[in-house]
Amino acid sequence: MEACRLSAKDIACRRGERLLFASLSLKLESGEALQIAGPNGMGKSSLIRILAGLLRPFNGTVEREGMAALLDEKPALDEYLPLGRALAFWDSIDREPAPLDRLGLADLVDVPVRYLSTGQRKRAAIARMIGQQAPIWLLDEPLNGLDRDAVSMTEELVADHCQAGGIAVIASHQAFDLQGMRTMKLEEFAL
Amino acid sequence: MNALAALLKRDLAHFLPGTRSGGTLLPLLFFLAVAMLYPFAIGPNPTLLAATGGGVIWVGALLAAILPLDRLLAADVQQGFFDQWALRGISEEVVVAIRLLAHWLSFGPFLMVAALPASALVGIDGETLHTVELGLLAGTPGLAAIGVIIAAITVGLRGNAALSGLLVIPLAVPILIFGAGALSTGGEGGLALTAAISLLLVAITPFAGGAAIRAARES
Repeated sequence: MEACRLSAKDIACRRGERLLFASLSLKLESGEALQIAGPNGMGKSSLIRILAGLLRPFNGTVEREGMAALLDEKPALDEYLPLGRALAFWDSIDREPAPLDRLGLADLVDVPVRYLSTGQRKRAAIARMIGQQAPIWLLDEPLNGLDRDAVSMTEELVADHCQAGGIAVIASHQAFDLQGMRTMKLEEFAL
Repeated sequence: MNALAALLKRDLAHFLPGTRSGGTLLPLLFFLAVAMLYPFAIGPNPTLLAATGGGVIWVGALLAAILPLDRLLAADVQQGFFDQWALRGISEEVVVAIRLLAHWLSFGPFLMVAALPASALVGIDGETLHTVELGLLAGTPGLAAIGVIIAAITVGLRGNAALSGLLVIPLAVPILIFGAGALSTGGEGGLALTAAISLLLVAITPFAGGAAIRAARES
């Protein structure tokens, strides 16, 4: 995997009139993982989007080396297309087939995305993210809607990703089982 | 290059008539319905119909261009497609430029074909039809561009369909004046001005649309 690094310095985030958190800094090198914990509404998703470069921080800078992949509540798959063809669109952009077998999606390729359950959609989105081959994974509530088997499978996938030299940032209020993962409590930076 | 081809292919699969649940055929049927209703409303007076028919075709074309606006960009923003493209380094400007091309291809050429039966319905002669067709060729890219810009600006608003339709109408007035105006003067000046407005609108659309979509992310 290509070299990667993710660092943020002195980040502050404002949503509407409210300053959610401030003076947040983090640094991740190749192979490291970080969980961002905290109750709902603390700005976990906003921080993930700031790290992805999709949201401008109110203050501070983000530096990324290597492409970032984002997994959030939006699967970015065409609702009316069969799953196989919806993922094939991303395959043609990423030039890498999404790993359907590994996520237990092989039987669902002919099912239109709109008929998939929450957990199946999540797994499809994970497959899309893996296909992107990005060294930095930004996961926003990756375990939402997943059953117990899928949770351990996701944890395994993230562990493999970090083992291979990737970076993972996991924003979740749930426990995420991953060896060597640091935890950052977002409420410590709240105002 | 690969990614651009994939984007265009997906857009065409979405927007070309008949490719998806038939919803994209509606603007054309709507356009023909306007041309069909007009003689009923105005009465069977051939001279009056022939004198005003070209203008009605233009109004029908403008209204038909408004119909697909609500699903032009909003769905892709809501479902996170634009976020994923941005992460892959595909800028909003590129996506919007491709979307504009696909949007025009999905109604411009078809509208020009539908103008043939529509011209028979409103009873305009061959020479006027010729001017109408040329005008549509020059004007529909501009109408498509206005539609894409408005769709991008209203992307973050709930219930944006009616609002975007209202916003398009004043912006489309110049195209309508010169495009339909060419009918009464019969001159090429009107057509040339229509084409010039279209060209300008097409040129600014990727930048205006891209900026609007990025701004919607911050809200």
